[in-house]
Amino acid sequence: MKPLFNHGPSAAVRMVIALALAFALIIADLHYRQLDVLRSSLAVTVYPLHFLAALPARIARDVENQVVSNMELRAENDRLHRENLSLRARLQRFASLESENERLRNLLGSAFKVGERVLIAELLEVDLDPYRQQVLVDKGALSGVFVGQPVLDANAVMGQVVRTNPLTSTVLLITDARHSLPVKINRNGLRSIAIGSGLVDQLNLLHVPKKADVRVGDLLVTSGLGGTYPPGYPVARVTEVRIEPGKRFATVSAEPTARLDRSHEVLLVWSLPKLMESGAMTKTDGEHAAAINSNLEP
Amino acid sequence: MLAGRTPWVIVLTLGAAGFLSIVHMPDWAVDYRPQWTAMTVIFWITTLPDRVGVFWAFFAGLMMDVVTGSLLGQHALSFSVMGYLTVELEQRIALFRAWQQAVSIWLILTVERLLSLWVLSATNQPTPSLSYWTTTFVSMLLWPWFAAALRGLVRRLDLA
Repeated sequence: MKPLFNHGPSAAVRMVIALALAFALIIADLHYRQLDVLRSSLAVTVYPLHFLAALPARIARDVENQVVSNMELRAENDRLHRENLSLRARLQRFASLESENERLRNLLGSAFKVGERVLIAELLEVDLDPYRQQVLVDKGALSGVFVGQPVLDANAVMGQVVRTNPLTSTVLLITDARHSLPVKINRNGLRSIAIGSGLVDQLNLLHVPKKADVRVGDLLVTSGLGGTYPPGYPVARVTEVRIEPGKRFATVSAEPTARLDRSHEVLLVWSLPKLMESGAMTKTDGEHAAAINSNLEP
Repeated sequence: MLAGRTPWVIVLTLGAAGFLSIVHMPDWAVDYRPQWTAMTVIFWITTLPDRVGVFWAFFAGLMMDVVTGSLLGQHALSFSVMGYLTVELEQRIALFRAWQQAVSIWLILTVERLLSLWVLSATNQPTPSLSYWTTTFVSMLLWPWFAAALRGLVRRLDLA
């Protein structure tokens, strides 16, 4: 039965109430952290949705794995075998280099990070907000993931965790327009900040002097300033250096070395917390970095 | 007010719409993804105007915020206004011909996008390019079939 007269407030009043609520939510989410509890409990209720939405891509991948032929598997196995061998050979050398490096740094009196713990997480292939560079991974607060945690893939830095829910977490990629990351050029140690462009394959370097020694093909690595990312991980390769007369700085763009749009598995990294307190050098670095890090407001 | 299984059917269709709005698509197709959730909300308001209204729209928007990981309240705001517009225009839309209906739906959906864009720029988030508006046209073209399919569901389940 249709009621003849509608009871309760009119649509306009309802809209005003709803708008007030929405505004309150927006402001609260922008400025305060308290809403994270609400969000993560809501996120648990929509987890089935995320899970289901990721299912087609996962099934497609499984099927692809199933139908791969014996030959291909053998070939891949061979390749992995060779790769493993060469990596192990390099690791031997690396171990001795690491201890030598540590010894030298001890002589210099500066702190050095000893090691890291990693957790492998799988990407849930769902399309989040199409205008942000974000991905969802299938490990959350229950696995110890925390906000600000660096995320890597096999090749390079991918991004950092900006939101954790019990079962999933959201990773902001380094190419998001609101992400900035302190880097240095591997060849000469020149420092800069890599800003995301909003495109999946481009980063821009901030405040590079026109006379700076930057060349196309230079590898950018994390500088470790800011404290979010451990130092020394590859980030991107310089693809273009342009000097424009009208601008005060050189325009430098780079392409991320991580396969941001193709990786299925990512590494969540815990740095051993030993590094931050010892050594005056790191302390000043940390302060500098705090200033840099405030650029980032996820 | 809502009795029996009707609210469950609405929630299920909204869930399906949420699923469709995040299911992985190839990169070239992303701009052409219809506004599934908004269309579902409009459909239910025009079909059951005395039962579904602004608050349903608000909660559907909240679901979208959580599902797509956008700012909490962004879609809730635009959906609320969209719900209100639909409530006010619903009797008029019911009298329209199919193409006129599609055009008015386009208008409502565009208002929703506009408000969403406004929130993005007001909160200093990266704003999208012109391809942002493609989805409203895709939704408009899809609307007659979408509404017919859901109407079939309503008839089969004997709701309304």
